Amino acid sequence: MLTKRIIPCLDIKDGRTVKGIQFENIRDAGDPVELAKWYAEQGADELVFLDITATNEERKTFAELVRDIARHIDIPFTVGGGISSVADVEVLLMAGADKVSINSSAIRNPELVRELADRFGSQCVTVAIDTKYTEVSGWKVYTRAGTIETEWATIAWAKKVVELGAGEILLTSMNNDGTKAGFALDITKAVSEAVSVPVIASGGAGNMQHFADAFNSAHADAALAASLFHFRELGIPELKRFLKLQGVDIRI
Amino acid sequence: MNLVIVDYKAGNVQSVMFALERLGINATLSCDFETIKSADKVIFPGVGEASSAMTQLKSRNLDKLLPTLEQPFFGVCLGMQLLCQHSEEGNTDLLGIIPLPVKRIETDLKVPHMGWNQLENLQSPLFVGIKEQDFVYYVHSYYVPMSEYTIAQTSYPEPFSAALHYKNFYAAQFHPEKSGPAGSQILKNFLAL
Repeated sequence: MLTKRIIPCLDIKDGRTVKGIQFENIRDAGDPVELAKWYAEQGADELVFLDITATNEERKTFAELVRDIARHIDIPFTVGGGISSVADVEVLLMAGADKVSINSSAIRNPELVRELADRFGSQCVTVAIDTKYTEVSGWKVYTRAGTIETEWATIAWAKKVVELGAGEILLTSMNNDGTKAGFALDITKAVSEAVSVPVIASGGAGNMQHFADAFNSAHADAALAASLFHFRELGIPELKRFLKLQGVDIRI
Repeated sequence: MNLVIVDYKAGNVQSVMFALERLGINATLSCDFETIKSADKVIFPGVGEASSAMTQLKSRNLDKLLPTLEQPFFGVCLGMQLLCQHSEEGNTDLLGIIPLPVKRIETDLKVPHMGWNQLENLQSPLFVGIKEQDFVYYVHSYYVPMSEYTIAQTSYPEPFSAALHYKNFYAAQFHPEKSGPAGSQILKNFLAL
C-alpha cells in the first residue's frame, strides 16, 4: 500500500543547513549534502530543501547545491525558496530536483502555478502555504517568509492552487512552527479534506505522537520536521517503528 | 557498454544520469538518431505531461526512431506511458509501441499517487534481487492497466502495471533512480539484460 511520508526539511542559507525558531534565531545544523545522505540511509521518505533567504533578499536559487544533492542521494527531494518563474524551475529540475515548492510567487502571480503544471506536470509542483490563525482573521495565508498577511483564507487558497494545477500542498502553521507542541491538526485536516492532492503537515512536531496524530487524526499524507531531526532529538527509524505500531502505513 | 539516455528536454534526465553514475556507469545523453540507434542499451526517462513530451519527441523525429529500436530499452515513468498507444492525459496519441492505453487514476484517494508503494507479483529478470512487497517511489496521475505485458504490479487502490515487458521494451511506472537501493538494483538488472 501507499505509505505515509516522513520528510526532514533542510532550510538552507549560504549553502548550509539552518533552522529558524519561529523563523528567527537561526542555528547552524550542518552540511546539506552530508545531512541528506544520512537522512536517506535513516529511512527518510523524501527531503525538502528551502533556500530561506531567497525570498527576502531576492537571492538566486541554489542550482549548484541542488546538483550536488541529486548526485549523492537516491530518494526524491523538493526544492523551494525564491522561485518566481518557469525559467527558475527549469534550472532546478534540470539540476536534478524532483519537485519545486513555490510560495510567495504563487500569491503574487497565481497563473505561475498553471504555467508550471502545464510545462512540467502537476506532479512536480508543490505549493507551500504558510498559514496563521488569529482571533480576528481566522486561518489566513501569509507571504514573504510569513511576514505579510494576505487576503486569502487558507482553505480557499488551497482549493485555488489545486484548481490551477498544484500537485501537492506543503502546509506550515506559523502558530505551531518551532513550538514542538504538535502540528496544527484542525487546519491540516480541513485542507486535506478540501483538496484532492497530497498534503504535507508542517510546523510544531515535538514528539512521535505528534506524527501519529497528523496521520491518524488530521489525515495528512506526509509530515515534515526540521530541528527535531537535525539535532537528533528524534531518530527516523525509531519514529517509523512507533508509527507502524500506531497503525500508520509506513515504509520500514 | 554504450548506454544512451534519450534527451528530449521533457524528462528529469539528470537524476537518471546520476543514478547510473552511482553505479559507476557513464551514460551518453543524446537526442541524435544515429547515436541512439547504435547504442547497446537505451534508457528513456520522463516526468511531466504527455502531450508536451510527444511534441518534444516529434520535433526531434524520435517518434519515428524509437519504435524501430531493437536493443534492450527501458522506459521510466512518463517514459513508460509514452511507449503505449494513447493517453487520456491531453487526449494524446503516444508512440504506439506497446498496445496498451494510459488512463487517469480515478479514486477517492489522493491524486497524484505520490510516495513509496509496494511491488507485487514480480515476473522478470528486471527484478532479480528484489523481494515481493519491496518499496519503490511513485509520482503519477495516469496509469497503465494490468495486461498480459505486466511484469510487476502495485495497488492504488486497484492493481495497475508497475512494470511492463514487450519484445525488447522494458518499462517502469515508478522511479528506479529515486527508489533507494531497490531502485539501483533494478537499474543494475536492466544493464545486465
